[in-house]
This record gives sequence, structure tokens and C-alpha cells, in this order.
Amino acid sequence: MDVAIIGIGLHRFGRSPDMSGMQQGASAVRAALADADLSWADMQFAYGGSQDGGNADSLVNELGLTGLQFTNIWNGCATGGSSLHAAYSAIKSGEYDVGVVVGFDKHPRGAFNPQPKEWGLDDWYGETGLMLTTQFFALKTQRYMHDHGITEDALIRVSEKAFTNGSLTPTAWRQQALSYEEIANSMMVSDPLRKYMFCSPAEGGAALIVCNADKAHQYCSNPLFLKAAAVRTRHYGSFEVFAPSQAMQVADAPTVTASKAAFEQAGIGPEDVDVMQLQDTDSGTEIMHMAENGFCEHGEQEKLLREGATGINGRLPINTDGGCLANGEPVGASGLRQVYEVCVQLRGEGGARQVPNEPKVGYTHVYGAPGISGVNIITK
Amino acid sequence: MSNQIALHEGLFTWPSSKPQLLGSRCTQCAEAAFPAQPDCRSCGSRDTTIVELGDHGILWTWTIQTFMPKQPYHSDETPETFRPYGVGYVEMPGGVRVEARLQANSPDQLEIGMLMKLDIIPFRTDENGDQKMTFSFSSAGKA
Repeated sequence: MDVAIIGIGLHRFGRSPDMSGMQQGASAVRAALADADLSWADMQFAYGGSQDGGNADSLVNELGLTGLQFTNIWNGCATGGSSLHAAYSAIKSGEYDVGVVVGFDKHPRGAFNPQPKEWGLDDWYGETGLMLTTQFFALKTQRYMHDHGITEDALIRVSEKAFTNGSLTPTAWRQQALSYEEIANSMMVSDPLRKYMFCSPAEGGAALIVCNADKAHQYCSNPLFLKAAAVRTRHYGSFEVFAPSQAMQVADAPTVTASKAAFEQAGIGPEDVDVMQLQDTDSGTEIMHMAENGFCEHGEQEKLLREGATGINGRLPINTDGGCLANGEPVGASGLRQVYEVCVQLRGEGGARQVPNEPKVGYTHVYGAPGISGVNIITK
Repeated sequence: MSNQIALHEGLFTWPSSKPQLLGSRCTQCAEAAFPAQPDCRSCGSRDTTIVELGDHGILWTWTIQTFMPKQPYHSDETPETFRPYGVGYVEMPGGVRVEARLQANSPDQLEIGMLMKLDIIPFRTDENGDQKMTFSFSSAGKA
């Protein structure tokens, strides 16, 4: 049994000062229901998640007490990927025909401040200033650049592309393109990553209506199909966030294993993908994720970026809506925004940011603490 | 005279004139971990012993923390007195890469592959006036 996506909804990312995180989630669900021409009462199940916006199942207070099964999902930055995977399984199993996946968030300004105890660590790790996601991404990028001959030029080009794409995306938070020089001269935050190479915690909501593909045409004329949904955690030896130590031996990152599993499920390979969303909490991470997801060799990114291959008109269009860099990261919503954007592209509704030549296969990838990845493959 | 007390028990030998970082080693698969833990992340065995990981190592990667972290960061600094610090992973002779503060705080002082030595340094003063000590690494020259 296949799984279809028949409705997509987004509450714009950035800041919505007059709305709670929960209200932004409800806004996204209403948009997705309207897109599918369905009502909340039609939903048989829901999976949802939020880090700082409250318990997702409290959305029933906004949307209606219909008695549906509503399960909360929390998996760090991979929450959206995990929620969609749960919905995928619920439909695959035959238990339900139609339901909703939702993510939303509203974070305080500034960097996240995770608490050691919530991640199985002792207080000293946070007290001495070792538990920052920005630090980890810088440490991993620094080593990756050393091992694979990546230079600062590549880091700058990722950000330049992100903000260009953001300027073409009406729902993006950062809508102003930045020049190469502005990025190159921005403040160093954690060497080698500068201010404009990091995304910021933000607000927003995203929702998808999913259904049994055999019944999709009853609901809409242009369903898309969720061909694969895979979530994987880290293996011993992969270098992941919130790790007071790491092994000397090297293992594939969870992104590699999730990506391989998803391609296997879908029966296609990286060469078949027309448009992709790769987790870009910072520009170094996007570079590493290009190779970890199988879209290029390690070290090849420098040349691809210089050639513009990852731009909207390139052969590997990555993060066409500006990704996390231009949209910010409301953790609960971010992974589903990626799926939303890929659906927009596959429907040909991207407007100024539309990838040419009618893309048919889309790919999304989220990465979260403490080393978890979720991959989805969506087709026309 | 204030006392110098380890910020957290079991991270390093203390007090000591030649302190060593402490970790655990699995008696089944021989993999090491820092900090010491009762179960092995590699093979899942619960048969681990506490071992000394060494007092020097090789810098595997590094960055500079330029802004003062929010809570749970807990030092004596204020936003005005905050001083950027280095952070790195150091490959220890005990066979594990340990994340640590580095005393160097400028990119031109740090290079992957550098030889590093362990220093136990005062981190903050507690309510009794005692100094809480933590582990850190500084350059010991080229590897």
C-alpha cells in the first residue's frame, strides 16, 4: 500500500509576535486541510511535535474535539521526519486511510540552551560551556574541511545561495539576498563558521495531509506519493552532537544509513532525484550532508558550489526555499517545511523559485541531536 | 587559602601533582569512553573498568567559542568579562577523542595535529570560596 500527500500547509516562518506556537501549528493545519479540501473532522489520526510550543495534541482545543488518535512525537531537530515516518507507517499498516502530520514551534531569541540531564549527560558538560550545537557544527566542519580539502569559499557560497533562494520565497523569514562579501566579512561565531553561515531558532508551523494512495484520487487530482520514510540513529564511531567523547573508529553517520534505507525503499538512487532539501543548520552542515546523502563524493562540493550546481537552475537544486538558513529553525516545524517545499516544487507551484523542467522526484533530509536523521522521498 | 576541588568527581585524578584524565574501558571489546560509564557504547557490555586515559594528546579538531553561552554555562564571568575560549577534541593515548576546553583562544594558535597537554585549571569559585577545577588542554608544540 502506498502513501499519498494530498494537502500541504505552512504558517510562515520567522516571527509571529501575536501568535503562540500552538496557534501557528493550528494555522498550518487549517491551510493543509483547505489545500486538500477536507475538514478537521475527516482526520482519523494525527502525529505532531514541538520543542517549545507545547504538547502537540493540545491542538485539538484549537481545531476541534473530534476524538481522533493524536500522538506526540519528539525527536530533536528530526521531529518532523519522525512524525511523518509515524504517519507513513500508520497508513502502510492499513489501520487508517487519512490523517495529518503537524509541527510547530516558537523559540526564545538567541542560540538554544539544551540542558545536559535531558540528553543523559552530567551538569559539568553544560556548566563548562561544551554543550552548544553551534560549537559542534563548527568542530565537525573544521575537521571535514581538513580531511576533504573544502575551503571557506564553499561555506560562503552555501549561504549566498540560501539567502538568494530566501529572497524568492514569500514565506521565508530572511528575504534579503546577501552578497558574497557581506557573508565573508560577517562576524566569526565559531571558527570556521560566521554569523551568516548559521540559521537561528525561529517560529512557524507546517502540516501535511496524508492518505492511503489507493484513495488519493477521491480527495484530489494532484496527489504526490511518499515513496520512502526512514529514520536512523547514530552508530558507534560516528561523530555526533552532545558527545563528551567519540570513538577513534569511524562509522557512517546516521544520515548515510537513513539515506541508504530510503533509497532502497523507493527503489531509486540519488541520480534520480530532481530537487532536494538537506538539513542546513549551518553552511558546513549542508556541505557534509550533500555527500552523506549520496549526491556527490566527499570533497566534490567545492567544485559543485563554484559551478552553481546547487542553485535553483543547477543540476542539484538544494534548499530551494532558502532552507534553515533563510527560514530559521522552529525545531518542531522545520522538517515538515522541507517536505512542504518539495511538494510545492513537484506541483510546479514554486513561482520565482520553481526548479525548471518539471521535477518529478523530491528528497528531504533532517538531522537532529544527539545524532538522528530522517529522510523522505516524494514523487509525482 | 581556598581549596581546589574538582568540578565533578571522576573526570580526572585529583588532587594530583601529575593529573590524568579518567575514563572507562570495556573488558569485552576494549573500547574506551570519556567520562567513565558503567556500560559500553560499542558492544553493550556492562563490564567496564575505570582507566587513566593520559595527560596529553593530539588535537583532532577545534573551534573558538566567541560568545558567552547561556545557562547552563556557569562560570564566574559576566558578559563584560567573558573571554572567548577554544574547544576541541583531543585524541588521547587511552584510545578515545575527548572534547575539552582549550586555553588557546585565537585561530592562529590552533592547528589540527598539534600536540596538547592536559591542565587542570580553576573554572569558578563556589559559595564557600573554594575553586572548582576543570580539565583543559594547552599547546605542547608540534606533534
